[in-house]
Amino acid sequence: MSEALVQTLLRLGDNTLVLGHRVSEWCGKAPVLEEDIALANTALDLIGQTQMWLGYAAEVEGAGRSADDLAMLRDVWDFRNILMVERPNLDFGHTIMRQFLFDAWHRDLLGALTLSSDPRVAEIAAKAVKEATYHLDRSAETVIALGDGTEESHTRMQTALDLLWPYTGEMFHADATDAQMVAEGIAPDPAGLRAAWLARVTATMAEATLALPQDDFAHKGGRTGKQHTEHLGHLLTQMQWLQRAYPGAQW
Amino acid sequence: MVTAAVDKPDVQTIWGWLDEVPDPEIPVISVVDLGIIRHVHWDGDTLEVAITPTYSGCPATSIINLDVETALRNRGLTDIRLTRKLSPPWTTDWLTTKGAAKLEAYGIAPPSPAGGPSQCPCCQSNKVERVSQFGSTPCKAHWRCLSCLEPFDYFKCI
Repeated sequence: MSEALVQTLLRLGDNTLVLGHRVSEWCGKAPVLEEDIALANTALDLIGQTQMWLGYAAEVEGAGRSADDLAMLRDVWDFRNILMVERPNLDFGHTIMRQFLFDAWHRDLLGALTLSSDPRVAEIAAKAVKEATYHLDRSAETVIALGDGTEESHTRMQTALDLLWPYTGEMFHADATDAQMVAEGIAPDPAGLRAAWLARVTATMAEATLALPQDDFAHKGGRTGKQHTEHLGHLLTQMQWLQRAYPGAQW
Repeated sequence: MVTAAVDKPDVQTIWGWLDEVPDPEIPVISVVDLGIIRHVHWDGDTLEVAITPTYSGCPATSIINLDVETALRNRGLTDIRLTRKLSPPWTTDWLTTKGAAKLEAYGIAPPSPAGGPSQCPCCQSNKVERVSQFGSTPCKAHWRCLSCLEPFDYFKCI
């Protein structure tokens, strides 16, 4: 078993799981029906990708756990998602801005992973990148429409961008696990994805008439599991309660 | 007693049977039309059918497996193995011509390389616009016709 590979797969699967859960919280109460459906579909894609990543993580780990066990029975300190995805949804603008900042990175990350030396990683990425591509089309379009919309929507989008910005740096922070993945040709160096992401974000924010924050301070601790925000525990109480209250329950 | 050799229908016959299994979400086309049956072959006395998911989170996937298995059992096959084949990933290019025509007749615009429907499936007008990139299932987008004013689903190209 490669511990670094398991950690990498958990990082990939936990990002899509936690964001997928957050996005699904909009189901039935988004501002308009089309957005409700779009958010639910996006959540569904992300949860589907989670099944593939965590399914493979469980296999590589070889401890007899399933993807469901990893999703439903781990506690906060075992999660390896970036902090940005566990943040509460706040308003619709914040949800869409977070989605865009994530999608712009996720699409490129998955694109790079299609070239992975691990054929399983490459095939999961090839499947997921198609979905990430149209997620990005939509979130970019919506950020522009709201940023360059009314005074109210513009203000909300700028507030969302300012709030989220310090959480973007973690996507590009590399550690020893990443170095090992790069050496084995399994995953790209996170830092190497930054330039293209920043170019994409800069262009979209210009179109959305939003000002890019200049401070590059970054909150970290999610993808290492060292320090999650207080929000993740609350999310897990919702997401995991059924398996916690009725272990092994099935339908 | 020595068991008689299992009567194994040829693969072409089985493809024909599978072509009668409707997609659970869009029953007007078959799972073969949809292009998700990737291969059918005999591994000794076991029939192996490889299925690929359309979208990674599509909730119809497990129903499709169940429907395929039921259809084959109804034809008298018992030794069946369904496998999931992720690579190469499903693409709308695998939708059959027959499937595309059936979709259109049913009121769903078939995928088009242009990235949007070429015409309204109801009145054939080409004055159409997108309402949302997401429709009633993961594989569809929501469009409307500006001539007959009907909303319609468009089968997304991926």
